[in-house]
Amino acid sequence: MDFDFTDEQREIKSTAHEFLASRFKPEHVRELAEGDTPYSEDDWKAICELGWPGIAIAEEHGGEGLGAVELIILQEELGYFCAPSPFIANAYAGAVIQAAGSDEQKAQWLPGIASGEARGSAEMACDPDPILGAAGGASILVMANGNGAKLVKPEDAEMEQIDMIDSTRAYFRVKADGGEDMPGDIAHAGSVGQIAMAAELVGVAQRALDMSVEYAKERQQFGRAIGSYQAVSHRLADMLWEVEEARSLTYSAAWAADADPDLLPIAASMAKARASDAATSVTHNAIQTLGGIGFTWEHDIHFFLKRARASAQMMGSARAHRDNVATLVGLG
Amino acid sequence: MDLTLTESEAAFRDEFRAWLSDNHPGPAPRGGDQVQFEFEREWQGKLHTAGWAGVSWPKEYGGRGATLIEQSIFGEELARAKAPRPANVLGLVMGGPVVIAHGTESQKERFLEPILSAEEIWCQGFSEPESGSDLASLKTKAVKEDGGWRITGQKVWTTFAHEAKWCMLVARSDSEAPKHKGLTYFLMDMEQDEIEVRPLRQITGEAEFNELFIENAWVPDENVVGGEGNGWMVAITTLMNERAGLGASAALGLANSLEELVELAKERGMADDPLVRDKVARLKIGIEGLRMGALRALTSTMKVGIPGPEGSIAKLQWSSTNQALTELALDIGGPEMLAKDSDWAYRFLRSRANSIEGGTTDVLKNIVAERVLSLPKLR
Repeated sequence: MDFDFTDEQREIKSTAHEFLASRFKPEHVRELAEGDTPYSEDDWKAICELGWPGIAIAEEHGGEGLGAVELIILQEELGYFCAPSPFIANAYAGAVIQAAGSDEQKAQWLPGIASGEARGSAEMACDPDPILGAAGGASILVMANGNGAKLVKPEDAEMEQIDMIDSTRAYFRVKADGGEDMPGDIAHAGSVGQIAMAAELVGVAQRALDMSVEYAKERQQFGRAIGSYQAVSHRLADMLWEVEEARSLTYSAAWAADADPDLLPIAASMAKARASDAATSVTHNAIQTLGGIGFTWEHDIHFFLKRARASAQMMGSARAHRDNVATLVGLG
Repeated sequence: MDLTLTESEAAFRDEFRAWLSDNHPGPAPRGGDQVQFEFEREWQGKLHTAGWAGVSWPKEYGGRGATLIEQSIFGEELARAKAPRPANVLGLVMGGPVVIAHGTESQKERFLEPILSAEEIWCQGFSEPESGSDLASLKTKAVKEDGGWRITGQKVWTTFAHEAKWCMLVARSDSEAPKHKGLTYFLMDMEQDEIEVRPLRQITGEAEFNELFIENAWVPDENVVGGEGNGWMVAITTLMNERAGLGASAALGLANSLEELVELAKERGMADDPLVRDKVARLKIGIEGLRMGALRALTSTMKVGIPGPEGSIAKLQWSSTNQALTELALDIGGPEMLAKDSDWAYRFLRSRANSIEGGTTDVLKNIVAERVLSLPKLR
């Protein structure tokens, strides 16, 4: 047993961290979040050059042929930097088409999704109209259809961008009557999408924790660093607990997606439920730790708070996933 | 990343699982009395004969030399099979490892084998009425005499004191030295009139623990472990051994309890109750979070010698989950669960100690804050 990344996976992680740290500096994220559209074509091109969009897509369709573990490594880092990117919407669309599409459908759409030149976008929530991330500019939309999924061309859909509190990502309400059914089962891909979103939440929570710890070491009140007071330090210890528990469950769920599919449904629900709660709670506590400055627009923490809240609601809420866990542990 | 067992790990598990299914003695009689203790002593003898006592100990000292993962598998299998605990658990988990790490050759010769066989039971004399979390402030005095030491003081929360032959005792041998420096680690013979053992009745009504009143007890020089003045360092080793034992097997124990809880909820017609469902799911997530964190920490310890941040929260995860689990059982069961002979009521009451014993939640959070997050010290 070896519950750690391989050398290759470590390499992916450190490369991703360095790339995103220089690409998505806080001032750049802020500029995108305050602009009309959160995505920059230059950023997307740079991500595509690294081969990320195809990381978990089979080599025969132009991808890297790696698995869910590699996908979540990238997604956690993207979350850590709150990077505005259509990455997850595209990756999720790719996962669903790869799992459920016919040979023709795969051949038609996966190469563009893998290279990032013809992005996909997939349904992440329903309220009751489907909500898709990064649907604007996408070449193909993947939408739920009963228990399966269908492919919809953007020109056949009615799309409306929603102004959400999370302005670091573009969300669209999409209506489409027609579309082309996919023949296969989407359960596995759905779980992978949930785990990817859980990984993003772990990254968001880790960053909020890091910002809080750094501030608690520096900020002086009553003549000493506030991090020396137990009211503050125990809250930070609790935050670490939340982040690490969510991370352990997310990593093990990603491993299950690649290696032990029987465990996957409950593992994915546990990861998404725990990570959703961890990221919302940790970002709330981060603002509490930062105090007044954390409530200002000027400080970056609110972008993380809002991203955490939005991602917690996508791919199934914590409440919904816990209900699924209850079913799977035997409550029926 | 590979969460499956390697071939040799799987072989280890299969071998022990097969042995356990042939040799399981059934559940221990409850009550904390002599009958239970003799049952557990006999059980340990059986483990020892088959080479399953002291799995973590090196082979040269009569152990099995198991890797950390194998030790974890061993604990998980015991939990899965609901096997009783061995009688000399403190000797196996703390006493033996300390003698192996810090003892002289003749101490190893003298003490190790009877620990494994449960011929000699060990207890621990660390905590005092005025020194709980602040262990280094302890006041029990050791005064040097020719050939040994005279010990005087009071210890508390001493398990198995009635049965024990040896007490791992930390006492102040130098009252002039700074508080961490003036301590020495002794192995004190419990069979002497200078030690009075009084049972300490706890909120469950039983007495798992004792108080020790020590008045001029004798410890010969050859029973000092790690040298005079090194008691703090030696004691820290045993405490770390105590914590390393937690984790995956603790999660398995919780998983057993959760299964019972799920059955209880169904019996009471509460399987559809949304609040019950939500709480049960939270427990399941807490249990798996503990288990996966423990496995991550094991891998990290095997690779780089220390667990990552995930290792620092295992005790917090375990205690909070066990407490929440027993609280929910009482909630679901209603007033009849509060009957004095109710097993869930016992487990609920016993769980209140979980966030105190083996490091209080409050102190563990200080440790996470200072050592893992590197926050400035409180003091």
